[in-house]
Amino acid sequence: MFDFLSNYDDPSLLGAFWMTVKLTVFSAVGSMVWGTMLAAMRVSPVPLMRGFGTAYVNIVRNIPLTVIIVFTSLGLADIFGMTMGAPDDFKVQGFRLAVLGFVAYTAAFVCEAIRSGINTVPVGQAEAARAIGLSFSQVLGLIVLPQAFRAVIGPLANVLIALTKNTTVAAAIGVAEAAYLMKEMIENEAQTLLIGAVFAFGFVVLTLPTGLFLGWLSKRLAVKR
Amino acid sequence: MTEVSVAKDAVAATDDLVVLKSVNKHFGALHVLQDIDLTIARGEVVVVIGPSGSGKSTLCRTINRLESIDSGDIRIDGKPLPAEGKGLARLRADVGMVFQSFNLFAHKTVLENVMLGQIKVRKADKKKAEEKARNLLDRVGVGTQADKYPAQLSGGQQQRVAIARALAMDPKVMLFDEPTSALDPEMINEVLEVMQQLARDGMTMVVVTHEMGFARSAANRVVFMADGRIVEEAVPDQFFSNPRSDRAKDFLSKILHH
Repeated sequence: MFDFLSNYDDPSLLGAFWMTVKLTVFSAVGSMVWGTMLAAMRVSPVPLMRGFGTAYVNIVRNIPLTVIIVFTSLGLADIFGMTMGAPDDFKVQGFRLAVLGFVAYTAAFVCEAIRSGINTVPVGQAEAARAIGLSFSQVLGLIVLPQAFRAVIGPLANVLIALTKNTTVAAAIGVAEAAYLMKEMIENEAQTLLIGAVFAFGFVVLTLPTGLFLGWLSKRLAVKR
Repeated sequence: MTEVSVAKDAVAATDDLVVLKSVNKHFGALHVLQDIDLTIARGEVVVVIGPSGSGKSTLCRTINRLESIDSGDIRIDGKPLPAEGKGLARLRADVGMVFQSFNLFAHKTVLENVMLGQIKVRKADKKKAEEKARNLLDRVGVGTQADKYPAQLSGGQQQRVAIARALAMDPKVMLFDEPTSALDPEMINEVLEVMQQLARDGMTMVVVTHEMGFARSAANRVVFMADGRIVEEAVPDQFFSNPRSDRAKDFLSKILHH
């Protein structure tokens, strides 16, 4: 029944899901960093930074991901010549462009999750931190953000699961991940439902443990008040 | 002209630690601080009392600029309060503050709470910071709780840790913003005793409180505020036995006789 799977080796089923994992991991790390920076901007005392953070989040999260990913390829790469350090290797270039797009998009959601976490930290925590002479960045980095992160592990898990599934959009610019292979199989094989089930199962295998683990972590790290 | 003012400043730097001059602040339409003049000498314990909403907490919070002011001048040890940035942070390190709601860092242990400022602001060595933190925690009587998290302590213990956290910065002056108002009655004394000891040790203190017993026994001076103004200033004995203003008489009659 699963014989047809062995007909594919570029990418193979495992290879395609491995690409999905790589897209997810790189994009997750990047969007955590950029999203945290955006959140810091949105609570900063400098109006220009706040304005930039707010504008970025409201513009980027309202653009369809497909448009962003296609833009990285047709816009950034083809028109503006951004080759991401790999002008000749289109596989690497496509991968990096896709990660860039996912980071830009997902960071908006990470930012909003963290900002809601910042709002759970009582004002008194920041006041006490300022009162012992910590600077703005120390107050944020040592007192507010560590407590905010612990409060939003659950919401961040949602973002991560959404990101894992969103990586399928990278197929649109030819990155050989799971959805790319699925499309190829559906075109060539007769067992459409079976193929769908295989890929659906693959994603559940990736996301279910992530959700369970982060749910456990969120309980464990919760700040008691 | 200039010579006179220089001479004045020199005197101020030695004697007067905190000087507020015609300080005004509004919260929207509410004129919460109205032309406040207040001078606190080195080593002096000043207790600020008054009815709710009289501006006493706001006054306390302007001294380390947790509240900004609209006009007027605040000087600490002769230096005007910086508006923001590194200068303000440096000044705040010299001004200890104890809050009504304790505000211990909830994700750090008691010991880490007392070490943090020493390491991050004073750049103290970790070992020395820990030693000092443990000494201070012993001094306020919570040495055995050092490795717990704030939520595991009683209110009185948390507030004593908060005092230790402020003392760890070797402040020139300590501000207490209603330090016992959030405490259960049986825990109030353990906090007041620590404050009494501090006062005896010569710490300069500004204490906003409703504890008249503390005001009587520990204060050098009582400042009575009502409706955003300082209505009366006197030594405790005189204030409590023979208040001059009607506003203070009215206030004292409401809290002392029942």
